[in-house]
Amino acid sequence: MRVSLFITCYNDALFPDTGKAVVNVLERLGHEIEFRPEQTCCGQMHWNTGYLREAVPIIRHFVKVYQDVETVVIPSSSCVSMMRDHYVKAAEMDGDARLVADIQALLPRVFEFSEFLVRKLGVEDVGASYPHKVTYHSSCHSERSLHLGDVPIRLLKRVRGLELQPIQNIQECCGFGGTFSIKNADVSSAMLADKVRNVLNTGAEVCTAVDNSCLMHIYGSLHRQRTFVRTAHIAEILASGHDAEVTPEAFV
Amino acid sequence: MSAVNTQDGTQWNRQDFPAAAKEILEQSQTRKNVQHATNVIQGKRNKVVAELLDWEDLREAGAQVKAHTLRHLDHYLMEFEANCTKAGGHVHWASDAAEANRIILGLVQKHNAKEVIKIKTMTSEEVGLNATLEANGIAPIETDLAELIVQMGKDRPSHFVAPALHVNRAQVRAIFQKEMNLPELGDRPEDLATAARTYLREKYLRIKVAISGGNFLIADSGGMCIVESEGNGRMCLTLPDVLISIVGIEKVIPSFQDLEIFLQTLPRSATGERMNPYNSTWCGVHPGDGPQEFHVVLLDNGRSPILADKEARQTLQCIRCAACLNACPVYHQTGGHAYESVYAGPIGAILTPQLHSMKEGRSLPYASSLCGACYQVCPVKINIPEVLIHLRGKVVREDQATLAGKFSLWNIGMQAALFLFKDASRFAFAERVGAVGQKVLVSKNGFIEWMPLMLSGWTQTRDLKAMPAQSFRQWWAKEKAPSAAAKNGKVSHG
Repeated sequence: MRVSLFITCYNDALFPDTGKAVVNVLERLGHEIEFRPEQTCCGQMHWNTGYLREAVPIIRHFVKVYQDVETVVIPSSSCVSMMRDHYVKAAEMDGDARLVADIQALLPRVFEFSEFLVRKLGVEDVGASYPHKVTYHSSCHSERSLHLGDVPIRLLKRVRGLELQPIQNIQECCGFGGTFSIKNADVSSAMLADKVRNVLNTGAEVCTAVDNSCLMHIYGSLHRQRTFVRTAHIAEILASGHDAEVTPEAFV
Repeated sequence: MSAVNTQDGTQWNRQDFPAAAKEILEQSQTRKNVQHATNVIQGKRNKVVAELLDWEDLREAGAQVKAHTLRHLDHYLMEFEANCTKAGGHVHWASDAAEANRIILGLVQKHNAKEVIKIKTMTSEEVGLNATLEANGIAPIETDLAELIVQMGKDRPSHFVAPALHVNRAQVRAIFQKEMNLPELGDRPEDLATAARTYLREKYLRIKVAISGGNFLIADSGGMCIVESEGNGRMCLTLPDVLISIVGIEKVIPSFQDLEIFLQTLPRSATGERMNPYNSTWCGVHPGDGPQEFHVVLLDNGRSPILADKEARQTLQCIRCAACLNACPVYHQTGGHAYESVYAGPIGAILTPQLHSMKEGRSLPYASSLCGACYQVCPVKINIPEVLIHLRGKVVREDQATLAGKFSLWNIGMQAALFLFKDASRFAFAERVGAVGQKVLVSKNGFIEWMPLMLSGWTQTRDLKAMPAQSFRQWWAKEKAPSAAAKNGKVSHG
């Protein structure tokens, strides 16, 4: 299958290893990956902060870049949920019927990375090996918007050597919420404190998720507290243990 | 509408959510009480909801009945008025808080009552009824245990099902010892319940006017329904001579049959009970049975304009179960007082600013991480995150119309980000500039530990990973694009 990777703006700038890992896993499974450098952002930050009109050109840009692809894979559930939950509404708000139609035609071909592996490709064992204690944080959008359920867990359970550590309140928000973490920094920090306590209580060496946004937030506190627990996007775990041409730092 | 007086004479809407939340985050006992109580209720709710195989169908049915009624609200309210009047009740229409207060005060004064007993009613809190009554020499006595605690403690409700959820048993005991003059009072639950029962029983038997809210107005019979757990409501609904109910216009449902849905979903969502211990339904007045004079005050107070907003009108579907408060990770941290509003939590964050035409509570739509836990538990399927975003949109649009808003850091930042996101070459350039420019902020350990202005909110408790030297797109262009181009025999998008 020809897979077009939408890396997302923040992964592009901050977490390139996640993108490399996605490429690694999908190529190993025999798929052809393309990357369209015209891509930028899904528009979520503007939309969720209330800059609704401003989100529309970004949405239009995304649709223009991807409307002819076979399939788009995105290593970020919150960006996928932005598309599924809000794109049509935004285009309707703008009164652009053509854009509504284009979005409706494109959306069935858009997948979150773990969802693509399990639900589209029917793959659970990608042949990875990661001999570490890992705990999984179920991000809000993966849980309550994309309804991924145990999809990521099924992938993690097939990773050789990986010991999955259950975490308390797995579905509770880490407190990131995009600009919420800045506009309501104190409440966000209090929510994060609860999440990090639960992460530390698992005894895991690594906390994973399908969203680097949550992981960036969680690791922000883990690092500030000088703990030795690290975070790694699920793609990086699934890419590990191979003769990959890239060795993302979180693989160690 | 201006800020509303509360029972202790203080006002709601004193400060915005972040400031109010910061105060409460420093009160460790309050936070412990809130977390404990919400965890207990949430646990019970999840258990009894899981028992129902048709839970999702009940949610859908409840949402549809409510949505339908709201689309034909004028019809159902007129039907209710006609049937209630026919059954011997008196229906009053109050367009705002002042009118509601005037009507109720007039009714109480007509009966020369110096005291009234009350069943917990948030609409009364919304219009500041207690302050109005007190200012006119009438003592309102709350009979719901939690409301009594709040009233005696000169406090404010923090949760509209469990108003005293933010205080614990020891604190309740101290309040009762002082206010009921019971220095020897024990601290067992039964000691406290007995004290309240003794205190209230005398009031029920003596006071002739009662004031209530209402869970449901039933259009086809003109009847009303109130559900509760303590029996105080049943006392107030049956013993006095006069009953005055103040009810929001959105509380009407078409028929008695519809209770079949809500009497399953409301108690499970609100208190984690399969059925409320007391379910009172009545219709007008009946000689020799219950109050002989019955008034319903139908309260608008900012509701009608919400109906006109297609995106936000689902707000009025709310049946006030407070399940969204118990599920909300923000509420868990702050409790209800941080919302500076009668209606707290996720539903309060969308209802309050709308009731005030977006003039007050403007920080509330931002008091959410949009995690979606509220929508997941809502028994009438109000998509609260969707409405929150819609209201954020209104706030932004209104702010942008002012000079200060137009030149705010937020607006400038968002417009700059839009400029970059419209064109990948600009975005890629900004990434390269950022990777170099960030160096003034990056510590020796490779992390950003301090950021200026509004970004300082992040670094007060969190480090930020610095941008790596090479972005993904740079890596792709260098490592992958040439081979992809060669394989395809054409120039790739790179």
